[in-house]
Amino acid sequence: MDSAPEPLLRVEDLSVHFPVQGGVFNRRRKMLRAVNNVSLTLNKGECLSIVGESGCGKSTLALSIVGLQAPTSGSIHFEGRPITGKAQPSRIERARMAQIVFQDPYASLNPRQTVFTSLAAPLRLHGIGNGEVESRVEEMMRLVGLKPDQAKRFPHEFSGGQRQRIGIARALILNPKVVVLDEPVSALDVSIRAQIINLLLELKERLRLSYIMISHDLSVVEHMSDRVAVMYFGQIVETGRWESIFANPMHPYTRRLLGAIPDPFAELSGKKLIDEAQAPRPPSGYDYHPQQFDRQDVYSAPQPSQLVAIAGDHCVRLAPVA
Amino acid sequence: MNGALLEVEDLRIDIGSGESRHNAVENISFSIDRGETFGLVGESGCGKSITALATIGLLRRPLAISGGSIRFKGQDLRSLSAREMRKLRGNRIAMIFQEPMTALNPLSPVGRQIAEMFVLHQGASWHEAERKAVEALASVQVPAPDQRVKNYPHQMSGGMRQRVMIAIALACNPDLLIADEPTTALDVTVQAEILKLMQELCDARGTAVLMISHDLGVIAKMCRRVGVMYAGHMAEERAVADLFRTPAHPYTRGLLGSLPRLGSRGAHGRKRLQEIEGVVPSIAAFPAGCRFEPRCERATAICASTQPGQTDLGNNGFVRCFHHG
Repeated sequence: MDSAPEPLLRVEDLSVHFPVQGGVFNRRRKMLRAVNNVSLTLNKGECLSIVGESGCGKSTLALSIVGLQAPTSGSIHFEGRPITGKAQPSRIERARMAQIVFQDPYASLNPRQTVFTSLAAPLRLHGIGNGEVESRVEEMMRLVGLKPDQAKRFPHEFSGGQRQRIGIARALILNPKVVVLDEPVSALDVSIRAQIINLLLELKERLRLSYIMISHDLSVVEHMSDRVAVMYFGQIVETGRWESIFANPMHPYTRRLLGAIPDPFAELSGKKLIDEAQAPRPPSGYDYHPQQFDRQDVYSAPQPSQLVAIAGDHCVRLAPVA
Repeated sequence: MNGALLEVEDLRIDIGSGESRHNAVENISFSIDRGETFGLVGESGCGKSITALATIGLLRRPLAISGGSIRFKGQDLRSLSAREMRKLRGNRIAMIFQEPMTALNPLSPVGRQIAEMFVLHQGASWHEAERKAVEALASVQVPAPDQRVKNYPHQMSGGMRQRVMIAIALACNPDLLIADEPTTALDVTVQAEILKLMQELCDARGTAVLMISHDLGVIAKMCRRVGVMYAGHMAEERAVADLFRTPAHPYTRGLLGSLPRLGSRGAHGRKRLQEIEGVVPSIAAFPAGCRFEPRCERATAICASTQPGQTDLGNNGFVRCFHHG
């Protein structure tokens, strides 16, 4: 990026806990800690990717950002203004800040509404007149690579790729500044993914959008992101610019994730993406946190640890050695 | 290795009957040697799963085989009775499905579901079979197998359930294992573990594998040879290394070009991904000629009217395209 990064969205110390009931007569209450003290900054014009395995809290975090999940503690600021807690703006105001594109374009469109009705609904809610609604829907359809007259159709008349284009159109119709992409291409066929990835990158440039992308497909993440945050059991374990995350992954979980990708070209050349013999050691006085996988408990508070800067804004979660 | 284990020749599968009958899969030929790993790769709806189901006689109406032959150890599977097929299935040919939660019986402990294989196919007593089930569970590296056999499927994680599926499939030491997207529902780190396990077990036992996946990375990791399917046709069939080095069919080339490659952005900067224009044709509207023709940049008049035959590419590979290379 040429100019200095301008923070657009700031997530501070965000936690989301869900009460889980159990025991006789549901009397025992436990807290499932989906997101634990996550802090993130999204700069203007940036694509920040959050990667991690299913259940690590990445989607809960995304829902909090678009206002669909109230945080247990912590705050989110948009352009310096708090959008959580007492001072939070109305849903109508919030809709113009951040929108979301869902993973499954089959499930996220109302099958009984024409595409026009789906796209027009947010505009009407925001008090936009009929004439403008039509021209705006038409413009949006073109922008995502569909024909304006296709808006008369129902979702089932479209292919998966086209439906995802409609999902993108719906997210963008109110001109939001931040778009959360929740696994935007993983439900699509391989030959369609490239179309949608190219479209998303074009729209980002053209409309000066900022993306938060949730994904587990690291080759897509590498292609699209400016910065990457790796989540594990509700915590960010490593974050940094894409170049340094992919070139110098530090945290054992990041390395495990990268090492697990079956990349066809790496498979054939026999080159390993990750060489475990050369795993970087943690800085002295610290150890990686968590040190052991598969031993995590979503119900108890994580051990004290902190994100420590390794180089520039490349940070790794470490715990001081006792 | 002494000859082919599974030979599929000119397989044709239709869907529906009468006027609403459409061709789903056509001209599919491939063979798998003993101990070999063969992959079928393609997008959803290309016919890879029904090809596999046809191979083990699990096609149900409205799908039906309407032509071709399937030979397993020289025996024509299409001529077998349902009873003979049942003896073979699970015993000599086994299958792993994508979603272990729906493939396992939720009302039965996993140990019993594994033990069933020994009772049904090897005539073991239940007592003996349950002892063998613990061994089978240990062989797929499930920790504390003597405790885990008592678990119901919902008490296990996705990766553990898929290990149970593998234990069931490999219980009778089958000659052929069909794996239909075995890791698609799993996290990438768990996927890596399951693939490694499958590879080790099949290598050790000399089990041949027919692997079905939409993920070229998984195919490259697991298979020696691969068939690329598009809209019910076999576009190209090659040794895996040949396919990735010199893809011949325009569809394969497009597919490989459309993948974001790890490390490529670091080395060459971000390039626009190559797109394959258009969408996969629907089964009711397959083109008369080459089925990729409407999306193909090399298409000419002949492609629209005539189905391309097999062109031999050497090293046991072929392509079906008039303008390959």
